[in-house]
Parts: sequence; structure tokens; C-alpha cells
Amino acid sequence: MRRAFRWLLAACVAIATTSAALAADLRPLVQTMGSGGYAGTEKALNQLSEAGDPAAVPVIEALQAGDLYVRKADGLVVIARKAGAGFALTDPLSGAVVGEAASGAIDKIKINNALRRSISATLGALTLMSPDPATRRSAAEAVFKSRDANALDTLNTAIAKEKDERIRRVMEQARAAVILTAGASEGDTQTAIATLTARGDRDALALLSMIAASGATDALKTAAAGAVAAVEQKLMFWGALQNLWYGLSLGSVLLLAAIGLAVTFGVMGVINMAHGEMVMIGAYTTFLVQQGLRTYAPGLTDLSILLALPAAFLVSGGVGVIIERSVIRWLYGRPLETLLATWGLSLALQQAVRSLFGPTNREVSAPSWMSGAFELGGLTITYGRLWIVVFAFAVFAALLVALKRTWFGLSIRAVTQNRPMANAMGIRTARVDALTFGLGSGIAGLAGVALSQIDNVSPNLGQSYIIDSFMVVVFGGVGNLWGTLVGALALGSLNKFLEPYAGAVLGKILVLIFIILFIQRRPRGLFALKGRAVEA
Amino acid sequence: MLTRFFLMGLDRKAGLVLTVLALLAVLVPVMTLVVPEGSPWHLSIFSVSLLGKYLCFALLALALDLVWGYVGILSLGHAAFFALGGYAMGMYLMRQIGPRGVYGNPILPDFMVFLNWKELPWYWLGFDHFAFAALMVLVVPGVLAFAFGWFAFRSRVTGVYLSIITQALTFALLLAFFRNDMGFGGNNGLTDFKEILGYDIQAPGTRVGLFLATVAALALSYMIASGIIASKLGKVLVAIRDTESRVRFLGYDTESYKLFAWTLSACMAGVAGALYVPQVGIINPSEFAPASSIEAVIWVAVGGRGTLAGAILGAVLVNFGKSYFTGALPELWLFALGGLFVLVTLFLPKGLLGLWAQLTARLPSGKGKGAPNGKTADQKGM
Amino acid sequence: MSAEDTLLYLDGVSVSFDGFRALNNLSLTMMPGEMRAIIGPNGAGKTTMMDVITGKTRPDHGTILFEGETDLTKLREAGIANLGIGRKFQRPTVFEPHTVWDNLELALKAPRRPLNTLTYAIGRDDRARIEEILDITRLSPKRERLAGSLSHGEKQWLEIGMLLAQDPKLLLVDEPVAGMTDAETEQTARLLCDIAGKHSVIVVEHDMSFVRALGVKVTVLAEGSVLAEGSLDSVSANQQVIDVYLGR
Repeated sequence: MRRAFRWLLAACVAIATTSAALAADLRPLVQTMGSGGYAGTEKALNQLSEAGDPAAVPVIEALQAGDLYVRKADGLVVIARKAGAGFALTDPLSGAVVGEAASGAIDKIKINNALRRSISATLGALTLMSPDPATRRSAAEAVFKSRDANALDTLNTAIAKEKDERIRRVMEQARAAVILTAGASEGDTQTAIATLTARGDRDALALLSMIAASGATDALKTAAAGAVAAVEQKLMFWGALQNLWYGLSLGSVLLLAAIGLAVTFGVMGVINMAHGEMVMIGAYTTFLVQQGLRTYAPGLTDLSILLALPAAFLVSGGVGVIIERSVIRWLYGRPLETLLATWGLSLALQQAVRSLFGPTNREVSAPSWMSGAFELGGLTITYGRLWIVVFAFAVFAALLVALKRTWFGLSIRAVTQNRPMANAMGIRTARVDALTFGLGSGIAGLAGVALSQIDNVSPNLGQSYIIDSFMVVVFGGVGNLWGTLVGALALGSLNKFLEPYAGAVLGKILVLIFIILFIQRRPRGLFALKGRAVEA
Repeated sequence: MLTRFFLMGLDRKAGLVLTVLALLAVLVPVMTLVVPEGSPWHLSIFSVSLLGKYLCFALLALALDLVWGYVGILSLGHAAFFALGGYAMGMYLMRQIGPRGVYGNPILPDFMVFLNWKELPWYWLGFDHFAFAALMVLVVPGVLAFAFGWFAFRSRVTGVYLSIITQALTFALLLAFFRNDMGFGGNNGLTDFKEILGYDIQAPGTRVGLFLATVAALALSYMIASGIIASKLGKVLVAIRDTESRVRFLGYDTESYKLFAWTLSACMAGVAGALYVPQVGIINPSEFAPASSIEAVIWVAVGGRGTLAGAILGAVLVNFGKSYFTGALPELWLFALGGLFVLVTLFLPKGLLGLWAQLTARLPSGKGKGAPNGKTADQKGM
Repeated sequence: MSAEDTLLYLDGVSVSFDGFRALNNLSLTMMPGEMRAIIGPNGAGKTTMMDVITGKTRPDHGTILFEGETDLTKLREAGIANLGIGRKFQRPTVFEPHTVWDNLELALKAPRRPLNTLTYAIGRDDRARIEEILDITRLSPKRERLAGSLSHGEKQWLEIGMLLAQDPKLLLVDEPVAGMTDAETEQTARLLCDIAGKHSVIVVEHDMSFVRALGVKVTVLAEGSVLAEGSLDSVSANQQVIDVYLGR
């Protein structure tokens, strides 16, 4: 569906760019379509076909649909569509509005069966042999879908002429579909089955299943049944891969949401229930940056996401530092109290955002380089999701480097392991605390930038992620960033593999129950620290 | 022996709580049913149900305080037990509607007819009997709590980990009850109740009756809880709260102690939910929301954890504030509630009762010195 | 030596934490009524040894038998305590929100199940026993004080009192005199010697004069296994012991 739409879009773009130059040559030909009855129309049609200009396609399609009329007053050929009591007239070549007319003021250009065949052939010739490869490809896909027997001859000609191997393959698949639908010699049908088996998608599966059920001969039925099995297996393989990709994609979203928590909870032992709100603030910062660019520098709107990254990190991180200095630092060593206080903060932050921006969703649009999708074998991968996966791993790697290789990271680890000693060594522990909390919150802000692309930016954004994030951190093992990574990916995949069988909600419930049981088995998560130090 | 048990928990504070509840039990029916409507002393039926609702929340808070204040288990999922008790009662009330529903089906509740179900699911059987439903109000939350606690305590899941998985528990139930195929009315829950035990659920007399039942349940639960706290078992629980491993080395199987308190607390929460549903007239999955559980925690914190009476006080005060704010200044309610969380944890770690104890301790006559769990030394001499 | 006559029998017990071997093939036996002092440098595995005996830590391998037959590695802490093994911690741990009296009442030998404690009413015998222990530990005037308000030394005494109330067959005492004055140390030594007649005692201690005052067999631990065993004088003369511990 989405793919078909994309090809159609490409075709339209191709048509629009070429039509301006050639429209002038076509106009006289189009004008003759209305005169001379069926024969006159046929002649004009042939001439359009010879001209080989795809700009004529809308005209011929209108003719096919019975929308092409002649205005009685001046003999102008127009496309007329019912509008109110009369008709709205548009120019068939340019699509420009010509005016309106009562139903008595225009004559329909009539077509018969012979003409219909010509129309199909001409349309096929114009599109299947169009100079533009995208148009040819979409035309071949269209024939594959319609399985119109009239297109067979044109298709054969087009295949003979086609030089692009990939487009030729689609055309051959289209021919196979036509052959299987219309029926042909046993040999041709066998070849068609092989062609469709190679295509191996759901459409091919539907056609092959049809033959397997009602083929002309037993040999054909057997061949088709074998092909169905092969295609099903292939689809299952790609389906599993697709699930894996969805799992990876959900896992990276979870990773983004949880990784900041892994810092505040895992490294500092602070239960930050307002973590989700840090994500939400990051998302709103993205919204504000985009609005600002739209107003003051519209040319840079495509880059707003990139500019939002540092902004969101600083805003969320700043809010985090303020929270640490004003509330959390009084509650160290009292994790349950911290939990309650930060929950209170989360309520206040939600309400603050609701008061400032209203309770409704805010729109953050995707930049052009993040929209669209591409295919990889049987997988469909959207650029947006791909970037989020890449981004999540980049943030993870950056955090790992920051903690392991920088002076700041060293200070954080020193304070975590032995606070009095770190203090004695001249590390300003209070400042390290504030900055660590700021770091965790800032990463949550980065997550917010990414999530603004795939989720609604609303005051409740953070709420939907907080429980999942805690599950990831607890499942992975507190105090271990690698555990968070594995936990996020494992839970994401588990969720996506359960979904086809159990449905989204039940799948999520099962995952929660799984975690609850898992924590019983391993109270300290997947990658637990061991030893006496943990007890203290 | 039972008398001794209840008497054991009776100190001055308990006396005060029970006196206030007894006063409510006398004054409210009189002010509602006897005092004529024009009088300034008249109490509307709406207020009675509102008060009843507060007391249900107070019972939930009491249950929560028993595990949080005395055993140190911070449950972020107590609303789940509350809601399960509520659903058990709701199922009874649904069955009582009978053929008076929109579709007039004598057996199936409306939402099942709507979903094209042909017969009652097995887990709805029996709920047409009040006694069975009342039993389920205790059994369903109790069994869930027992199973959950048995696993969690045995594996020594403690502290924030335990809190987080209780939250996961209630979240999973929230998602589950939202599903239509669960057979509990999905999103809309259970509502449109007609009568309870044959009495019209809207009638003033029934409303007052439900209020009195709530007062009685709260008083009884309070006496059970304070009896337990004063017993040696209560001392073991407090010891577990502060130094669990030391209690183990004394030979106490701490898991079974925690399990006892936890299950009992869940049953109390279930009763609170069951009394809540007929008074507000609806139960839906939003009661399972993790936010409601955490809100209940703040009631306890405001009143003072580990004091029982504080939990009741906190629940009533905060909910009174909520009713006021959401009516008069809805924008500000979340700010107020959020601020309350922060202020109480930062400045009132022992809650209002703790503050009061501190203030009275400064006076020369104050003798409640050094009683962090609200227990005074003169309980010893018996 | 056969395990049958022993009260406590450890054979080849090993424990490691993240690659660090806290106990390394440790073997040790205690006879009924015996008192033993354990000394050793920091990290020798003294506390870990108590942890594996009381069930706090599970050994990676090795045998631990109580009274020659009960396998302690299969039991949890409470079960082990109920067999008659009592423990005093290095850092005194008492129930701070409870009074001294309540601390002793909780420790007092009595049925330990929730239903027992729910219906427990203190009898004349129990009251007398607590009074007696209060006298022994000199905490009688402070019986109504909250344990949290006691001084460090008093907490040590209270914990010893709780051990007495438990009436165990085997007492594990970890650094009982840390933070005590010389006079208190002397009293503690005398108290432990009194107890030793009826119970078996393992004392872990750094204070050599205290160990000398006890006058019992000494086991020296180093790097998780037994380095030497014998009277304090004989182990003091042992060159290996001097190298790793005394002569440091």
C-alpha cells in the first residue's frame, strides 16, 4: 500500500517536470480527440501513443474513466467532474481550472470496447516505455496489481526494450501475474510460477495459493503448492527479521529512555520518578526550537532536530541540576523518600507544562532526511526508526566513553565507590553529585528529542516511559550500563515477538509478569554486582 | 483471648481514634436523617457519601501504613488490592441489576450483551450471592498478595526493587482490566448499580448504612492493626523493618512475618475498595493506575508513617484538600499535591503526628519522649 | 577426625567473591563445650567464616556439619539460628526502636512462628530470665530505655545479653570488646568464660590481651585458611604466624 503510493508519487513528479516543455506539442492532438467519432478518437489516441509523451497520460486516463468532454461553445476538450448542479472543468494537460458548465453545455467523448483496448495499450506503452525509469517501474507494479490481460502485448514489447535489469524483473513478474490470471500454456505457467516464487512477497503468495487451489493440471497445482511453501518459509524468515528490527527499534527507544535512569539510579542510587518528565521537557524543547526556526529562519527548519539536541540536553540537564541541588541532595541514603519527592516533582512538572503549552499534543515534524523508508531484502526500514537506533547507540557509546575515559567520569566513579575518600582526595563531591544528576537528566532530554519524532509531544509523554525505563534498568542490573543495553534490547525484542501472538496489550502484560518473576529469580538483575560490598 | 488481643492495642491514641469514629457513627446518621433539610446542622446525602469515600481511603492508608510504617515495605501497588476488592463488590452489584439493565438480560451484565457474549464467564459465577462476593473481597486480594509476597520475600527482593515490582504488578493489572475480553467491562468498568442486599443503592437510608459499615470496618481494622503492633509479633515486624538480617539470626523466619503483614494489609485494602464502590457508584481500571497507589503513600506520609492514626488523618486531610482544590482551583491541584510530596519528605519526615509529638515533647509535661513509632513506654508493664 | 562427636565441623570450605577467595579450603572443628579464639589479619576470612556458618553466605564448596549430622549449607539463617547457633555482630546490632527489655524479650528462647508471637503473653519464667540477664549485663536500670539511645559499650552488652537469652548451643562472637574500656573488657572475658561451661563459643578478636585473658585454644586464620592452631603462646612462637600477623 505504502509502496504503491510511493511509486505513484514518483510518477506524478516525473510527469509534472516533463509536461511543461512538451504540453504545447500535445495540445493540438488532444484537441482532435473530440472530433470524428470513435475513429477520430482512435486516430488521436494512436498519435498520442506515437508521440510517446507521458504528459498525455492524465488525458487518456480521463478518457478511460469517461471524464473527458468537449465544451459545446468552443469545442475545447476538458476534464469535467460533477460539482454541485453542474460540472467543474479543468484543462486535461495542465490540470488548471477552466471554469464551470451546466450538464447541457458539454458533450462526453464516448468510447467503445475496441477503443478501450487501445486505451489500455496506449497507457501501458506511454508508461511502461516512458523514458523515466521510475514511471516504468510504477507502471509495471500497477500491471502486477491489476493483472490486466490487455497489457500483455505492451508488456512483452516493454520487456524486450527494457535495459534496466531491476525494472525488467518487475515487468517479468507483472507478466507472470497476468499469465497466471489469464491462463496460458503449461510451460509459460511453470515459468510464471518460478518468477513469482522468486518475487516471494505476500502478493505473490496470494497468486500462487490461487493456482495451488485451482490450477489447470495436477502438475501445476503441485508446482504452485511447492512454491507457496517456499514463499511462506521465506516470508516467515523475513517476518522474523522484521520483528527483530521492530524489537531493535523498540529496544533502542527503551534504551534511550532508560539510559539516563541508569546513571541516576544505577550510578547514584537515586530513584528519580521525574525522569520521564525530563524526557518530556526534552521533547518540548525540540518543539520550541522547531517553532523558533520556523519563525526566524525557515531555511534551517530541516536542521531543527540537530539544534534541538544540545538545547534539550542543556535544558533537561539544567532542570536536573536544580532538582538535585534543591531537593535530592537532602535525601541521599533515603531512596524511598527520594522516590516520593521526585514523584511529587513529576506531578508539578507535568502540570507546569500543561499550564504553559496546553493539554493537547504538540506537533514536531520530521526533517526530510528522517522521513521515508527503504527496503532491504524483505524488510521495510523507515529512516526515522533507523536514525533513532543509530542515535541510541551513539548516546550509549558516548556515555560509556564519558564515564570510562574522562576526568568527570573518573570523579563520578570515585564518589560512587567511596565518598569520604573522594572528598579527601579533593573531589568536590557535592558538585559531582549535581553534575551526575544533570548528566542523567540531560540524557533523558536527548531521549525526548528522539521520542518527539515517534510519539505525541504531550504533558503525559514521560509517564508512558517511566515504568518501562525502570523495568529495563532493574532487569539489566543496577549500576551496569551494559546491563541496561542488554535489558533494553531483550525487553524490546521480547515485546515485539510476543505481539503477533498475544496482541500489543497482552504482550506488554506478559513482559511485565516475566520481569516480576525474573526479579524473584535474580533480585539484582541480569548483570548483578556480587560480593560483600553490595550488602552494605 | 481475643479480648486480650484487642485490649493490648488500646492506648490513649487508639482511644481517641475510636471515640472520633464512634462520634461520626452517631452524628452523621442523625444530621442526615433526623435533622430537617433547612437546618444548618443538616448533612446532605452527597456529603455522607463523600465522607464515606474519605474513610475508605483512610482504610486503604491504614493498610498501607501497616506494611510501610511497621515492616518497611513501600508498596506502590496497594491500589491494586483496593481495586480488586472493589471489582469483587462491583461484580455483586452488577449481578443485582438483573433484568433492569438497558438490554434487559436477567443474567448477563449490559457490557457482555454488548460484546455478544452468550453466557456468564466462570469467574462471574457465585457473585450473585452477597456472602460469596464478600468472601472474594478478602480472598482475591489476599491470594494475589500471598502469591506475590511468597515469591518476592523468599527471593529477598527488598527496598526500591520491591517497590518497583509492586508498581509493575498494578500496571500489569491496569492494562489487563482495560481489555474488553477480560470480562470486567473494559474501559468503562462496572457501574449503573441498582441495589445492594435488596436496598436501593441511591436511597438515603442505604447511603447512611454504607457509611456506618465503613466506619465499623475502619474501627475494626484499626483495632486489629494496633493489636498486632502491640503484640510481640508487632515488635518482630518493627525489628524486621530496621534490621531484617539481625532478626533472621535470632531464628525468626522473617519471610513468613512479612507475608503475614502483607497479606493482611492487602485484605484490608480489598475491604476498603469493596466499601468504596457502592458509595461512588463505579469501579473502572483507572483505580489500578500506579499514580493512585503513590497518592495513597503520600496520605500516610502526611499523617506520619508508622502511627496508624496518622494514616487515617492524612488520608482524610489530603482528600478533603483534593475535593476542595479540584473544585475551586483545578489548575493548582497537581502543584499542591506535588508540592506536598516534596515538602513532607523534606521537612516532615514523621508527618503531622510526628510534628505534634515533637511539639508536645518540648513541653515540660510531655512524656511521649523518643517514641518514633508512636508507641509509648508505659505499654510495657502488663 | 570423625565428624560425629563434634559440635561444629567445617571441611574444605571455600568462598569467593568476584574472583577474590575469602575462604580457601578452610577446615575447623569444635567440640561441645569448647571455647575457641580466632585471630588473623584483616581479610583473613574471620567474618566470612561466621557468615558461612550462620547461613548468610553460601560456600562454593565444602562441608559444614552441626552436631555431626545437620548440613548447615542447606539451611537458611533462621533455621540455623533455631538449631542453636547464636551470633553477635562485629558492629553491635540491636533493635534501636525497641526498649532494652523488648530486645531481650525478642531474643528470648521461645517458639518463633508468627502465630506464636501474635498470641505470646510473657510468663513468670520468661520475666525472671530477662531480669536475670539484665542483672548479668548490668542493664537493669536502663530496661525501659530505647536501645538506640544506649552507648556503644552498652549496646555490646545488650547484644551479648540477647545471645544469652537465645540460649544457643554455639555462640559466634565477633569482636565483642571493640570500643570497651579495659575494665569492661575484663568483665566481658569473665562473662564469656562463665558461658563457656554450658555452651560452645567461638570468639573472633583482635585484642591480644583479651585473647590471653580467655586462656583458650587459638586458631590463626590467614588468606582464608587455617595457618596455625594451639595455645596462644605456641602460635605466638610460630614463625609463619609472626610473619603474616604478629610481626607486621
